[in-house]
Amino acid sequence: MRRPAAIGAGILAAMLLLAILAPIVAPYGFDVIDLAHRRAAPSTSHWFGTDELGRDLLTRVIFGARVSLSIGMISAVMSAAIGVTIGAVAGYAGGWVDDALMRFTDAMLSIPRLPLLMIAAAVIEPGVPTLVVLVGLVGWMEMARVVRADVQSIKTTDFVAAARALGGAPERVLRSHILPSTFPAVSVAMTIAVGRGILLESALSFFGVGVQPPTASWGNMLYQAQTTMVTEPWLGIFPGAFIFLTVLCFNILGDSFRPLPSG
Amino acid sequence: MRFVVRRVVQTIPLLLVVSVLVFVLIHATPGGPLTLYLENPNVRPADIERLKRQLGLDRPLPVQYLSWLWAFVRGDWGFSYADGRPVMQRLLERLPATLELVGTSTLLGVIVALIVGILASVRRGFDRVTTIAVVAGISLPVFWFGLVLQLVFANALGWFPSSGRSTIGFGGFGDQAMHLVLPAIVLASAQAAGWSRYLRGSMHLALAMPFTTAARARGASERRVVLHHALRYALLPFVTVVLLDASIMASGAVVTESVFAWPGVGGLFTESLAKRDYTVLMAFLMCGSIVVAVLNLLADLAVHAIDPRTREAA
Repeated sequence: MRRPAAIGAGILAAMLLLAILAPIVAPYGFDVIDLAHRRAAPSTSHWFGTDELGRDLLTRVIFGARVSLSIGMISAVMSAAIGVTIGAVAGYAGGWVDDALMRFTDAMLSIPRLPLLMIAAAVIEPGVPTLVVLVGLVGWMEMARVVRADVQSIKTTDFVAAARALGGAPERVLRSHILPSTFPAVSVAMTIAVGRGILLESALSFFGVGVQPPTASWGNMLYQAQTTMVTEPWLGIFPGAFIFLTVLCFNILGDSFRPLPSG
Repeated sequence: MRFVVRRVVQTIPLLLVVSVLVFVLIHATPGGPLTLYLENPNVRPADIERLKRQLGLDRPLPVQYLSWLWAFVRGDWGFSYADGRPVMQRLLERLPATLELVGTSTLLGVIVALIVGILASVRRGFDRVTTIAVVAGISLPVFWFGLVLQLVFANALGWFPSSGRSTIGFGGFGDQAMHLVLPAIVLASAQAAGWSRYLRGSMHLALAMPFTTAARARGASERRVVLHHALRYALLPFVTVVLLDASIMASGAVVTESVFAWPGVGGLFTESLAKRDYTVLMAFLMCGSIVVAVLNLLADLAVHAIDPRTREAA
């Protein structure tokens, strides 16, 4: 593994650990209100400062990691499931099935993703689980294209012909002979999809149609911070920095899974 | 020519699929398009029924869809719930501001991407630095980047105005240009990062091609090999990618315009979202998708026109 990827993986592992152990490692309770120390700037007792109710921002960022990370990761798994299915069927079947599925994929790709999601979220007013589904539903198209291209090239290879000649049913050939070979491409696409999912969630929450308080996510912390950005900049800077850092690590990791360019 | 016709014809079913998706999405609202009236205590249930009949909302969904689609094609996009004015008029009056912002940032993004992409493909040391910078650019949350720039360059340093398109009662070109700086940088940043990575990739490919070796063998200077031979080869996929990214640009514009209170179409979208002004939202989504589809079409046609190799396959 190359060095940037190792650093990225390390940071992500630490972040995950923090999120999982949130109740233990967080310096304060999640909802502990301390009106005497409202809007306090970062200090040794409150590393990231406090918000308008005196709640410790570091604590909220750590708990927010649970929401943001799980939305990103679960939605990526969902996107992968949809994308791999559509891409594999399109690539393997060819003909009109391929045409129909790819036109649908193209159509989904031409609708601007964020506005579409914002309307959907405003209409549905989702809780966190529904939000995961929404983000997952708009993230599968790239995956479908990648898998389709892979399947198209793999299905012409000799080992697939052999599997078919031995009487393998199409589903079986596809599932146990072709799909495993798409794994490298899918893992790159999925890692990048996690980053994109986190960005989408935070953008939705930033516009007030994503994760709703009292649940804290990095995006809705920014939403609440944007009006006081000038007087209490720490409320916006830290959650945003965590979004940035996390997405950056996922993208670096995704990049490192890419096969090295030849020549 | 047959390719052009086929490609144009292919765009139509694509847009039909988009229109169905948009229509279904709006009708998935708990109260349907009349939500706003349902929430208004002054509107009696009888009025709702009457409105439903009047607006044709009691007809079967496919019929409603077709009549909506037909009206949309004719340019009858309905009226805004928020102020009762025609939706098309509201969108059109916001368009110049968006074109100004998107145009400037595309230009800025392309220039930065060209410089970074070319330099990264020829200078190894520079390449290392830019690889990290490029991934960082892609990972930046646009709204946060906007807020931070506002904080630093508008509030702390006071170099640029923090929002709006011009100072009220004090117009002029200089003033407008100053307002444009921060939003244009924010909107261009992510794009420039992605584009320069792409250009670097195709430049690497081009520099490994036999024709660049041949050019070197003929004694062409390194500068000429890079800028004349390789860049020419790499430019075509680059232009395509810039056009294909229109969808990302649209999403970015919505966020940027909202953060900087830029009075464009994206700002109109977020305002309409807050008011659940569905006619405007629907029209925005349709128009956005049409623009993206048309730019994708243009990208394909451009490749087809310039690159003779793609013609054999058609």
